[in-house]
Amino acid sequence: MSTVAIDKAGPRRNVKYGSMSRDRAWALRWSYFFLVLFAIFSLTPPLYMLITSLKTSAEISAATNPWWVFHPTLANYVELLTSNQFLRFFWNSAMVSIVVVIVTMVISIPAAFALARMKFWGSATLATGVFLTYLVPDSLLFIPLFKVFATVQEWTGIPLLNRWYVLLFIYPTLTVPFCTWIMIGYFASIPKELDEAAIIDGASWLQTLTRIFIPVALPGLIAATIFAFTVSWAQFLYPLVFTTSVDQFVLPVGITTTLIKGDVFNWGQIMSGALLGAAPPLIIYAFLMDYYIAGLTAGATKG
Amino acid sequence: MAEVVVQHSRAARTTRARKGGSLHNALRRKSTVAFFLTLPLILLIALLVLYPALYSVHLSTLNKSMQKFVGFGNFTFLFKRETFWMVVKQSCIFAITAVIFKALIGFIVAHFVHNIPAKGQRKWRGMLLVPWVIPPAMSTLAWLWLFDPSYSAFNYTLSFFGIGPIPWLGDAAWARFSVILVNVWYGAPFFMIMYLAALKSVPDQLYEAAAIDGANWWQRIWYVTLPMMRNIIAITTLFSLIVTFANFDIVRILTSGGPLDQTQIFATYAFRVGIESSDIPLGASVSLFMVPILAVAAIFILRDVSKRGNEA
Repeated sequence: MSTVAIDKAGPRRNVKYGSMSRDRAWALRWSYFFLVLFAIFSLTPPLYMLITSLKTSAEISAATNPWWVFHPTLANYVELLTSNQFLRFFWNSAMVSIVVVIVTMVISIPAAFALARMKFWGSATLATGVFLTYLVPDSLLFIPLFKVFATVQEWTGIPLLNRWYVLLFIYPTLTVPFCTWIMIGYFASIPKELDEAAIIDGASWLQTLTRIFIPVALPGLIAATIFAFTVSWAQFLYPLVFTTSVDQFVLPVGITTTLIKGDVFNWGQIMSGALLGAAPPLIIYAFLMDYYIAGLTAGATKG
Repeated sequence: MAEVVVQHSRAARTTRARKGGSLHNALRRKSTVAFFLTLPLILLIALLVLYPALYSVHLSTLNKSMQKFVGFGNFTFLFKRETFWMVVKQSCIFAITAVIFKALIGFIVAHFVHNIPAKGQRKWRGMLLVPWVIPPAMSTLAWLWLFDPSYSAFNYTLSFFGIGPIPWLGDAAWARFSVILVNVWYGAPFFMIMYLAALKSVPDQLYEAAAIDGANWWQRIWYVTLPMMRNIIAITTLFSLIVTFANFDIVRILTSGGPLDQTQIFATYAFRVGIESSDIPLGASVSLFMVPILAVAAIFILRDVSKRGNEA
């Protein structure tokens, strides 16, 4: 039976090899063709942002080719970066994101360590619970959270609504479950022998965490940090609900509500603002792409 | 994944317990330490996720001033509103269409990236992931400008092909198309990355065996690639279904639900009713309608994730 098969394949082999390599060359050409198409699709909006941000209002409203800048100017950027309002948005965004990243790490690293290495009553349930929490979207919680914080403000007299720092309590609901979840994965992949050796040498649980787990799982930690930062930076719904006065806005809300007002859209400024707002995640991505992608594929991020 | 973790630690405990002695003390303290390490996490989940979620059920049974219990009053009110049914329909159309296209485009692009020589892949992957990196609120502004009624750059380009000005956001059908388009643009790279990672994990031998058996490209995809990637496709799609269903940013910035609430989805409608019209109980009721769909998707994800954990 096998000899028959070989006989049959024999004479055809040369032809088949020739056609296969030709097929492959064509497949490659088609791949590049479609990749170029998809790259154009992906990069058109950001490039158009850049193009528009370099134009004057007069050029934007003139009936010229919108895809080209005839008189490039940095006036839009200068105007935004010297406006106290815009710098305030940037500052609020930066403060919120950085504090949220720190809070997230302080909560999720010890929790992930405990869930990955110490079996205790309910630890499996809690791990599942963390994952389920991660699936709860912001659009489900914003109304009850708003009411909860309004009630807390009423009871305690601490001003919470319309203050940027209320976001420090809310954003961790988005970042902590995911970061804990991927850190559990990274911690669980560390060989048990490492922490057993540490325990035998007399290290406490906390020393095991700080001296062994954190250094060894550093790539995972960086991925989680990047995730926490980008999520806090990009969050739009919560600040839109919780803040109403201009000096408390973070960037996404600030740009969409103060620059778009009335009938006059100052598109040059809106696009420069949007590009500046997109810059921090883009810069992080440009330098730490591999960590970014590792985090994305490790925990199956939202999409 | 959780199960694996538990098995690991159980094994670790038995080996450690046998060593006895000073380790015994550490073990006795272990559950206390573990409790304190997870306490902030438990508090966060209980106070800021679990409690608000249950509280929203309570809220949905109150009247607008939140002083009177009205039972299912808010729900029966919504059922009688035509706008609400439009929101339900639009949410389903939006989520399902967007997820299908994201999954398809992601799958196709992942194949193309996988096809080209390995040294160029990083560059292409980097470019194609850019839509996912830009905060959606920012990139949607760029789309809003591309769709602008009087200065639309798309319409300018299309006019050279004799295609008349398209009312991208002005006409209900086109507005629906536009919000889905932007969502696909934003979400497809995520699928691409996930599928690319999955494609790389399919052993080459399987394709060689298929090629020897005379399988054509379609059979290779259908009988080798898809079965090998089934789990990751399921997880990614369900994830995306949850997030797309709960989407807010894109619709809010692009159309604010307009024209005439035709593109309103659950999240934006809940915001309009609950925050802008300050009828918090009614808004809570609207957003609660997302729960059944999200719960079903979550159950399936959980099943697939634990399956994936056991395989690994």
